[in-house]
Amino acid sequence: MKIDTSNPLWRFRGITPMAMFFFAYLYLPILVLIVLSFNENRLATIWTGFSTDWYRVALSNDDMLRAAKNSLVIAVSATVIATTAATLAALGMARQRFRGETGVAAMLVLPLLVPEIVTAIATLLFFVAIGVQLGLISVIAAHTVFCIPFAYLPIRARLDGMDPALAEAANDLYANEWQAFRRVTFPLLWPGIMSGAMLSFIISLDDFVISYFVGGAGATTLPIYIFGMIRMGITPEVNAVSALMLIISIVFVSISFLIDRIRY
Amino acid sequence: MGNLIRSKRFWLIAPAVLYIGFFMAVPLGQMAYVSILERGDYGAVNWGVFSFDAYASFLFERDLMDNLMFNTDYLQIFARSFGLSAMTMVFALVLGFPTAFYISMQPQARRNFLIFLVTIPFWTNILVRNYAWMLLLRNGGLIDNGLAWLGYESGGLDILYTPYAVSIGLTYTYLPFMVLPIYASLEKLDHRLIEAAFDLGADKWRAMTRVILPLAAPGIAAGCILVFIPCLGAYVTPELLGGGKFMMIANLIGSQFGAARNWPFGAALGFVLLAFVLLSMMIYAMKFKSLPEEKL
Repeated sequence: MKIDTSNPLWRFRGITPMAMFFFAYLYLPILVLIVLSFNENRLATIWTGFSTDWYRVALSNDDMLRAAKNSLVIAVSATVIATTAATLAALGMARQRFRGETGVAAMLVLPLLVPEIVTAIATLLFFVAIGVQLGLISVIAAHTVFCIPFAYLPIRARLDGMDPALAEAANDLYANEWQAFRRVTFPLLWPGIMSGAMLSFIISLDDFVISYFVGGAGATTLPIYIFGMIRMGITPEVNAVSALMLIISIVFVSISFLIDRIRY
Repeated sequence: MGNLIRSKRFWLIAPAVLYIGFFMAVPLGQMAYVSILERGDYGAVNWGVFSFDAYASFLFERDLMDNLMFNTDYLQIFARSFGLSAMTMVFALVLGFPTAFYISMQPQARRNFLIFLVTIPFWTNILVRNYAWMLLLRNGGLIDNGLAWLGYESGGLDILYTPYAVSIGLTYTYLPFMVLPIYASLEKLDHRLIEAAFDLGADKWRAMTRVILPLAAPGIAAGCILVFIPCLGAYVTPELLGGGKFMMIANLIGSQFGAARNWPFGAALGFVLLAFVLLSMMIYAMKFKSLPEEKL
């Protein structure tokens, strides 16, 4: 319903300044970090001049590059497995309701409900008990779990918004089930799948707590490496790496949201 | 059962559900099991040897004479966690409600953009977000220098590595979870009801407290749960902004798998935290007939 916001009756005192303060609070730290990452000074928080040197230093740090490569391998693997499983699950959950649907739906979002630290230690105990070597594989297995709901929700939302008449029309025109899926449902679902995949990718790339506990020595990811650096102290190199991570996340999420808005 | 195996739907849903079941539900069950096992001599656990030591050690410790002594260390950590989470929830509500209200008053295109702005920080790395606050809060950092420039003594901020810093960081981290559900309930709000309140002589304060707030109550409750619960399990913020000096529940759990090496105790703490989370979700679902997650 439309309201006339120019009507003074709708102006509640203090609402606008509060909202302005909110957005300033939300974005000030991000802006400060990005600005300081271009600072030439060694002291990290005192501005002396523009420079991209710290990015060069950060990007030539071999340990960090190795950690970044681990993160990438984990994120890509977890995303591919999770998005595939989530797409199938969304296709199965859509349309008619069935008995036990609530339980299945709860199971699919369970990873979002359980506190990260609990997931981390439960998974660690589980891997130790069944004798899985901690490393890249164990981290991929653990990441896939929490990537599934992040991939599932946008795919499911897109399916629910789709006109069922389109697939029915394909059937009326003698497409078999596979053809109807391949030529009608899948192309329409594609933006949802891409959007879900990008969200899982970013959520895996950014994860710290679960990787930290399940990773073991062989699977240092970029966030774990950054954690170690922060522990050592605030340096301009950390500023640069952090700003890079920040920018990558923001770019990916923006793309994901733009793709999701592609019309049916 | 035969029908189930033959149905295509079963085979579509099975991989995701079985995967989560195997790698999450089973480990959670096993964690509950480990919590009632005896602690092994060299860390780890004695499988198959039952003991309630893990739960007892929450309140009692054994002294050298093997007497049980009441110990409030862990209780203090729980109290701090609940206190900080409650404080964070209040801060988030005070900031989040006006913002959600403001957004719901904007034209449609602008609303979508503002909601997008609210969600962006959620997708960025939590370490990076907390690190950014370290840059702002530390002595000689931006806020400290700003105060010095305004004439206050420099180096006197001394806020980093205090519970205040943890609280600021927690509020920052979980703020979007407050705005989104409140916005969702305000967006659906029928504005004719507010007009009716004005027509019946209500002033703005009354319209707000008697009409708008009650109608937004489910969103506010969802927002409070979505802030309070993850806050209770926060690990990174107390570690970085509290400098590891102000442990919260998650840090205590984590330390049982590091230096302290008391897995049954860690598992018991994890189980208590999980039970608390699931319980509050259930209470919410019973009261408002849906999970808060569905509001996002």
